[in-house]
Amino acid sequence: MTSPQTSETVRRRRVRGDGVDLAVYEQGDPARPTVLLMHGYPDTHAVWDEVAGRLAERYHVVRYDVRGAGASSRPFGKRNYTFSYLMADMTAVLDATAPERKAHLVGHDWGSIQAWEAACTMPERFASFTSISGPCLDHVAGLTRRNLRRPTPRNVRNGLGQAVRSWYIYFFQTPLLPEMVWRAGMAGAFAKALEVGEGVPSRDGHPARTLPRDGAAGVGLYRANMLRRMRRPLDRRTDVPTQVIVPTKDLFVSPHLVGGLGDRVPDLSLRTIPAGHWVVRSHPEVIARWIGEHITGTTGGTLTAAESRALRRARVAPDRRPFEGSLVVVTGAGSGIGRATALAFAERGAEVVAADLDPASAQRTAELARLLGPDAHAFQVDVADADAMEDFAKTVLHDHGVPEVVVNNAGIGMAGGFLDHTPDDWKRVLDVNLWGVVHGTRLFAGQMAERGQGGHIVNTASAAAFTPSRTLPAYATSKAAVLMLSECLRAELAGQGIGVTAICPGVVNTNITRTSRFVGRDAAAQQQDRERASRAYALRNYGPDRVAEQVVRAVLKDRAVVPVTPEAHVSRLVSRLSPGLMRLFARIDVG
Amino acid sequence: MSNNVALARTDNAAELERFREIQRLCYQCAEEVAATLEPGVTEREACRRMRRWLRDHGVDDWLHTPFAWFGDRTAFQGFKVPTQFLPSGRRLEEGMPYILDMAPVKKGFSADIGYGGVLGENRIWQQLDADLAAHRTLILELVRERRTFADIYAEVDALIDRQGYQNRHRKYPGRVIGHQVGIIGGPLPKGVGFPFGVRFLQTIGRELVKERLEGRSPLWNGARQSQHPPTPGLWAVEPHIGFRGVGVKFEELLVVTEDDAYWLDDDLPHVHRWAARKASA
Repeated sequence: MTSPQTSETVRRRRVRGDGVDLAVYEQGDPARPTVLLMHGYPDTHAVWDEVAGRLAERYHVVRYDVRGAGASSRPFGKRNYTFSYLMADMTAVLDATAPERKAHLVGHDWGSIQAWEAACTMPERFASFTSISGPCLDHVAGLTRRNLRRPTPRNVRNGLGQAVRSWYIYFFQTPLLPEMVWRAGMAGAFAKALEVGEGVPSRDGHPARTLPRDGAAGVGLYRANMLRRMRRPLDRRTDVPTQVIVPTKDLFVSPHLVGGLGDRVPDLSLRTIPAGHWVVRSHPEVIARWIGEHITGTTGGTLTAAESRALRRARVAPDRRPFEGSLVVVTGAGSGIGRATALAFAERGAEVVAADLDPASAQRTAELARLLGPDAHAFQVDVADADAMEDFAKTVLHDHGVPEVVVNNAGIGMAGGFLDHTPDDWKRVLDVNLWGVVHGTRLFAGQMAERGQGGHIVNTASAAAFTPSRTLPAYATSKAAVLMLSECLRAELAGQGIGVTAICPGVVNTNITRTSRFVGRDAAAQQQDRERASRAYALRNYGPDRVAEQVVRAVLKDRAVVPVTPEAHVSRLVSRLSPGLMRLFARIDVG
Repeated sequence: MSNNVALARTDNAAELERFREIQRLCYQCAEEVAATLEPGVTEREACRRMRRWLRDHGVDDWLHTPFAWFGDRTAFQGFKVPTQFLPSGRRLEEGMPYILDMAPVKKGFSADIGYGGVLGENRIWQQLDADLAAHRTLILELVRERRTFADIYAEVDALIDRQGYQNRHRKYPGRVIGHQVGIIGGPLPKGVGFPFGVRFLQTIGRELVKERLEGRSPLWNGARQSQHPPTPGLWAVEPHIGFRGVGVKFEELLVVTEDDAYWLDDDLPHVHRWAARKASA
């Protein structure tokens, strides 16, 4: 109490709400902008401890125990838990802690449901609103009706998904039983479930010691409001700049509930995070950062390049391009599939980092990408050089932030008999084709995992990865390794929302044939081979643009292995159905 | 004209002057018609205006009747059959690129030009147009070095690839980047052509045979028939590059002599435009 300016100190006071006493907790300098954090059910203000601590360094953070929870009064009877009482409580707290100014509103679970009500009914009190895992009940009712009127398979699936997730809501409508269960020792099981199901271990304050009483009293929230709003939804809209954070692995609130929200909230941003319902406990760092970014964005503060990109990415608008605000790194971006991929992403709104061994061609790709997208940057880097890659990844992180998509595309071709390959040939192929992917993946996947917001990694393998051939021993080996690496990585990173795709193009008309090495040949014969291969590839005439389209699709749909050309598809099929046939083909000397 | 003379004599200054005149007439037509283009005008309407303008200025025959391409048709997007080159009902819109292409004959002297432009602002078009300038320099340099036509074609392709664009002249009949032009005559009637003039077809047919005997071709592309050093004469050169539904080309006459080459005229709209852009950069 004596040092109110330090962010750790939590100042506690009581505020008189509508017929109840509310326990209010404040942190941070009261002269700063106020952030009101609303907790859900069956939590108390303490669920926000980690987030509040982080926000208190920059804001005046206010929390309170909602009636029926924690240290606030527990009125008896569902009548006392209707929205009108809840709104009166919130107004009382705001009047006491942030009089005559707008606050930044944040809600989780039932706190978010209340916050929607507040943002729609008293928008003049709020400068911004962040909703986490708690929809506006009226929107849900409206959405459900719309979906029932148009029972397409997807609507039915999504509707059933939420219906299953809402099992506890039906249970809470039964009289007495829920209270008895809570009182009968449900609290211990709840804490255990939280740890096992959500990966959120118990700590001091959460779940609260008052959980049995909170759980029992809070049932009133559901009984007083849910049915009423589902039966007679109101037309709720708000002009408050709103950010909705959607945990994609939420066991209680379906991510699809945000459908159609854009019509009712003109200034809407949407962010997804691969996390469970208690995301404020499992990812406090991310949540605090996103709240801060949203507040800074709506109040016109200064943002870093990465922050303003993140806000652009989150923004919902009818003409939004799918990769708006995303950062996409492409190696080998100076030509062929790499350049086409960089441009395809730029065309869809992404900011592109084009890396290539040849700086001029990377520069050129960036120039073209700037014609199509928001911005682009060129880098010279040798993917085979571990130190150079380390520098590259650090520079990208420092200058532009963590990429959303990384395409490890740089590669070289090499053909000829195994015995004609020197150890140096092998080293070169593996250094670029395999180690290049290893470095790129290691560094950027590391950044993505640390940030905790997911991402996507695309590795350019080849149809040669599953097509043995006597003429491509080194090349095919390196690409098979890339394919396997991608598959292993995909399994590992799935839990963190990071997708991994291996692209297997096949015969694509790029300059790889003109730069390939044909081992065991003198210079003239090698030149001849190159020209012959180039002619054959040109005749096949499958352009890199079409591969790039598949790369974009693979990222959007999170595909694991993507053969591109028809011959790649056939090859993959035959390699599965009849490996013997493939071995026979492998003997053909096409070199 | 007798069938015995060459298509065009590059050592005859007076004759070259006549070619220069008809080429200037074409560019004047292109500029004046381009100035009348506004949103809503169709390709057919633009071609009609070009035809009328040229007829009013003494043109009496065609190598081919005028072409106009608007929007992504400037990059020949989705072109599969030759009829797609013909003027369509596509309407011009703000920000759309366009190409006007005409090849009139006046008293036997012919020219073949391509004129690219854009209605209003288009960043992609600006960049493409700026990059097209390099092709004019490159082609002239390589012809002067007397590299084979097929070689030059490949070098242009390589430059297009480095620039990150697509070769669009490969969509033309015969995948040509250029073709020989000259004095058009013969017994067939004038002014008949859809789209190619019958006298031009007769002339080019004759030349195809004649040149073939010498191991050359009046058509310049990347194929084996073009694996010969530049043939002396007048060549209409038309590099055409495209990117994301925007195409830009220029087409003008190149004079090839036994040991040298030069553009027939440097006083042309695109040459001035590129110089101005370079000066302001």
